[in-house]
Amino acid sequence: MGNSFEKFRKNDVYLIVILIVIGIAGLILMQAVKKQGGTVVVKVDGKVYKELKLSENQTVEIVNDKGNKNILEIKDGKVDMTYADCNNQVCVNHKKIMYNGETIICMPNDVIVEIHSDDDSNVDAVAR
Amino acid sequence: MKKVALYGMYVTLAFVFSYIEHVIMPVNGIPGIKLGLANVVVVTALYIHGVRTGMFVNIVRIILAGLLFGNLFGIIYSMAGGMTSFIVMVIMKKTDRFSIKGVSVTGGVMHNIAQIAVAAVMLKTKAVFSYLPVLIIAGTIMGVLVGVISSFVVPAVKKYENI
Repeated sequence: MGNSFEKFRKNDVYLIVILIVIGIAGLILMQAVKKQGGTVVVKVDGKVYKELKLSENQTVEIVNDKGNKNILEIKDGKVDMTYADCNNQVCVNHKKIMYNGETIICMPNDVIVEIHSDDDSNVDAVAR
Repeated sequence: MKKVALYGMYVTLAFVFSYIEHVIMPVNGIPGIKLGLANVVVVTALYIHGVRTGMFVNIVRIILAGLLFGNLFGIIYSMAGGMTSFIVMVIMKKTDRFSIKGVSVTGGVMHNIAQIAVAAVMLKTKAVFSYLPVLIIAGTIMGVLVGVISSFVVPAVKKYENI
């Protein structure tokens, strides 16, 4: 038993390598099916709140049932959450998204922003 | 009485680590990436004192940290991640085929997978699974880190076990 604390066992190394390979393969796969998205779907409390065109520059205010507010900005084909009145600000710090299947989620306010392609068949392939 | 003091110490330590993580958490906007430092305490408790103590420390820490730094929502996520990862770690440890590092790597990865699954159900969207590859890699790296730290901590703490 004492020995096992000092060094990696062979099985540990296999496990770590396999997990990293799965992760990288997943990333490559996602990169491969990546397409410029067409529609920005905003969901609040699990229901579709608004559908916006990625090609149109606009700023949208999202207010949920409890009155919490998020502000979403679409500019030059990129979507960015610029404001949220939640406490963790994960969504505001999230990078801008532009590809099919990418999301920005504001967990506290239950707001989800998803990019769908116009033919929309690709989302499931990315998300599966 | 001794047991009370011991449990208290473990919970306090895990709690402090949760707090540190809460403070330094936001990493380049990918949600869910955490160091998992509190897991060092949980893994240590599991290895030295067994399943019951590890489970106790884990549950109490999640509830305490959730109430103080998060909300009810956060507790559900943490609980799903924490319980899944703990149960899988117990199973991995039982097989005796992995060292503490392999066990904690599995814990880290399972934690992330469980949270994604809960997010998918609660937010009613499959899109969250697009974070899976990044979170598997992150969980692996953090798991190695936690495992290496634990592999130093466990023998050190074990010396005082019989006091």
